[in-house]
Order: sequence, then C-alpha cells, then structure tokens
Amino acid sequence: MSDDFAPRFLPAGETALVAEFGRIIDPAIHDRVLALDKAMTATPIEGVIETVPTYRSLMIHFDPRAITPETLIEQLTQLKAPPNDTASKAKRWRIPVCYDPALAEDLAEVSEALHLPQERIAALHAGALYRVYMYGFAPGFTFLGGLPEELTISRRATPRPPAPEGSLLIAGGQALITTIAMPTGWYVIGQTPVRMFDPSQIKPFLADVGDAVSLEPIDLATFEALRCDAAAGALAAHEESA
Amino acid sequence: MAAHLKIIRAGAGTTIQDGGRFHFRRYGVTPSGPMDWTAFQTVCRVLGLKKTAAVLEISTGGVEVTSVEEPMDVAFGGGGFIWSRDGKLLSSAMRIKLQPGERLAAKPGAWGAWTYLAAAGGFDTPVEMDSRSTHLRSGIGGRMIQAGDTLPVFPAIWAAASEGRLKAPWLDHDTQPIRVLLGPQEDYFSADALKVFFSAPFCLTAAADRMAYRFTGPKIEHALGFNIVSDGIALGAIQIGGDGQPLILMADHQPTGGYPKIGAVIRADIGRLAQMRPAEICHFALCGMTEARAALFAFEDAIAATACQRQASAAAFSSEILRSLNLIDGVISASGQSIR
Repeated sequence: MSDDFAPRFLPAGETALVAEFGRIIDPAIHDRVLALDKAMTATPIEGVIETVPTYRSLMIHFDPRAITPETLIEQLTQLKAPPNDTASKAKRWRIPVCYDPALAEDLAEVSEALHLPQERIAALHAGALYRVYMYGFAPGFTFLGGLPEELTISRRATPRPPAPEGSLLIAGGQALITTIAMPTGWYVIGQTPVRMFDPSQIKPFLADVGDAVSLEPIDLATFEALRCDAAAGALAAHEESA
Repeated sequence: MAAHLKIIRAGAGTTIQDGGRFHFRRYGVTPSGPMDWTAFQTVCRVLGLKKTAAVLEISTGGVEVTSVEEPMDVAFGGGGFIWSRDGKLLSSAMRIKLQPGERLAAKPGAWGAWTYLAAAGGFDTPVEMDSRSTHLRSGIGGRMIQAGDTLPVFPAIWAAASEGRLKAPWLDHDTQPIRVLLGPQEDYFSADALKVFFSAPFCLTAAADRMAYRFTGPKIEHALGFNIVSDGIALGAIQIGGDGQPLILMADHQPTGGYPKIGAVIRADIGRLAQMRPAEICHFALCGMTEARAALFAFEDAIAATACQRQASAAAFSSEILRSLNLIDGVISASGQSIR
C-alpha cells in the first residue's frame, strides 16, 4: 500500500487489529477499506482468521499464537494493491420496495418532520444509488450509504416497537435493510420482500460489502406475491450488470 | 444406537456451544461460543475433545440430565456450581462415567454464572454456518435446551480412564482486577476519565446476558463525544455509551458497533468476567500487549495439561466433606495465582 492509503493501526485486544482509514462516512474512505480487504483476500496472511469491513475501517481478527500484531502490521504495509480483475468487481442489486402506508408505518411522521410530501420521500429514497457499507447489529442487517441529503433525519430519542423483517429504515443520514424484527430508533419508510439473509440458501447473504443497490418501487399486490415467492425460496432481487 | 443425553430439566439460558462461529462476522453474524472459554476448554480437554467440540453451557437456572441406554463419560466444571449424581454431592469440576438412568444435576452455588457439561465424543447437534453454537437472538444454531430434549453424542474413541476431580485451580473463584488493553478509541477519553476507569469499583447490573455485561460506576466522561461512525467489535470490547457507563461485549456480541471503545478485556480474564453475577463488584487494571499475550498462552498451556485426580471411588468422600469444600471454594480464591 502506498503512503496515501496507509491506515492507522489500532489494537482491539490481543486477537484483533483495526486498520482505520478515517473517522467519517465517505465513499473514498470506504474504497480504501475495500482495497485492503481485497488485497488481503488476494494475498492471504497466515494467522488471519477473518476480516470485517466497516464504513471507515477494517477489523482483522487473528490467531495470536500464529502471528504477533507487529508482524501483522508489517505484512499489511507490504501488501500490494490487488489487480482490478472482473471477478472481484462489485455487483449491483435491484431490490423491490413497497412504500404503501400499510408497510411504511413511519412515512407520515418523516413527512411531517422533514416538511416533504410522502410521495416525494418515497421517490427520493427509491431514486438513489446505494452502496453496502457494512453489516452489523444482527445477521444480514445491511447498512447502506448514498441516502439523499434531503432525507437526513436524526434518530428517535427512544426506540419504536419492533419493525418487521425486510423493513427499509432511515436515520442519521443512513439507510438500512433489516432481516429480523427488533425495536429500533430508526424510521420505517418501506418494506421489501427480499430476504437479505436467508439461511436456507447456499449463499445466505445476498450482497457483499461494496456491492451497489438500487431500489424499485412496487405496489402492495406485487409485494404480497413476491413475498410468497421469497418464502418458497425464490430470489426476489435481481442482479444487474453494472 | 448411539448414546444420547436426555434433558430432564433445564433452566432458561442453557444452550449448545462449541468453539464459535467464524468467517461470517462481515455479514453481521455474531461469533457466539462459550461465555467462559477457560471452563469450556478444560472440560473438553479432560475428555480428549477438540476446542471446537459442542458442549452444554448451563446458566444459573441449572440442569438435570441422564444418559439413555449406554454409560457415558462426561466432564463438567466452571463456576462454583453444585453438582450431584442421584442426589449425592459431587465436586464442582469432575470427570465421571454416567450410568444409564443415573441423574446428574447442576444448580448454582456460592458464585459463578456459567458451567459446562461435555460428553466424550461431543454432542452431534446440527451444524449451521459451520458451527453448532446457538445464537438465541437470531435463531442461528437452534433454540434453548428444554426438558425432554435428547442430545445425540458422537461415538467416543477412547473410554475415559477413571472418575476424578479435575485439577484445574483456574476454575476457582478469583476476584482479582480484570485486565484491560487500551484501544481502539482510548483517545476519545481524557486522562482523568482513564484514571477513573482504572481505579474505581464497578458493579455488574442485572443487564448481563450472553450479548453484553453492563456495569455501573462513576461516570466515564468522553472527551470527543460518544457518537462514532461504526467500526468493528472484538470479544471483550468495553464500550462507553452516552451514559458514561461501561458495557462489555461478550460471546454473543454484534460484530460492528457505534460507541467509543476505551479498551478490551484480555482473553485470559474473559472467563472470570463471564462468571460474575449481577451486583458483584470488580476493578479494571491496565495491561500491556506483552503481558496479555503471555497470560493467554500460559493459560492455554495449563488447560492443555489439565489432569484428573484419580479417586478410588467418588463415594469415598462423604458428602459433608464435599459440601465444605464447595463452601471454601465460594469464599477463598484458592490457587488461581499460578496462572496469572
């Protein structure tokens, strides 16, 4: 890695190391996180168990018996940027979303808070191109960057009752797709029949960190039909050629 | 027919755990695995099981189990739990041969939150995403263990040599300070805040489960605010939330999160931390990387050499003597210092 891309290395106990590229949400910072992640896949370092990419850093879990943090840092700084082959290129997913008030429980509340008509919120949300920045909180909880600035709304002071599986949430300038019902401080503005985490599939997680996501508005009838298909194991999302 | 362990009674929070579920953290999947890895590995070791074997993790709700049809070599230990066979008191950490129909029971003793029961061969429960560990919040790896469940056991290669008490002094009660490595966000705290963290007593609250242990104590002031952009979380990470109170991420922790982490509990002390019960007090002590690694390696080496103290007959000890031993275990930190 050249000096421009050199991260700060921070300890996280004796079995994990953080390679931090910045402290804010920024596609350029995330690009660097992904570049290091890919470089580590292309040239595996002995003793590394797995890596976890986030908005701004890569967490590297390692076996302390197999490698010291000092040696790990040394090897990381010597890694070469991976060749930009097509195999490692990000995928682009098209995900159907229903904005019907029956499924978008907080749309009216967001409309009032942001002084925007509900249709405009749905159009802005559906019109953006997102990137999977990281997973977290629960299996398959997909954190997306790329939310239009007009939809920036701060988190609730206290969590709302559980939002169902497949909820599209917004808060703090971020967008999120959920996989299991749980209480949240975010706002529910739509729902998808797509299961971002489906343990019955060979590949249980639809998207990888770094993949692009676009949303396609659907009506309630289409949602119900697709949800039945998804429950039967069909894939309700489409992969697009980028 | 392969041997089965039948569950007669199981308190809430009893689950199957193995070494943990790895390689899916990037998708938001928690690693799970045992709360007290030191007790887990000890009971595995004395039955010749790998560190990846599946065992029963028992909460303070306790359990009662029996072997179906065949004798079964089992080992148990962790926390000061009170174990008994057909009502006769046993030591708190032993290897025994459970005869068909004999009832083995565990209930909480003077201290400790988790105890482990391993069967020779290891439990043959379904594997999900490369692991048999149960993550209750997501349902990955199944559900809680309940009365009426029968757990299949892989055939054991060797018969265990004999019954006996485990010579594992690291399983004794030990309330020395919990050692902490700084980072990754210690710079979000002032020198004064760090001083408070490493000197004041902290009390474990009732908000303590497999996901996290929440402590209460003097407020740890943030120097740079408490909203950080989410980054990775490792086992033992100490988050300081908006209320200035420590939250320590345990076995079922989420793999990413958005609060500043002042430090991480070293692996060698995770087991002792896990064995704390709500309302118990602890101190945190600053530790360096060299010490943390040395402590971990020494601990693992000691576990790998765990011996079983052979007894002519377990019944040779009167239940009165054993009861008093249990009481002593509950009050005095016996000989854990050799590990530290």
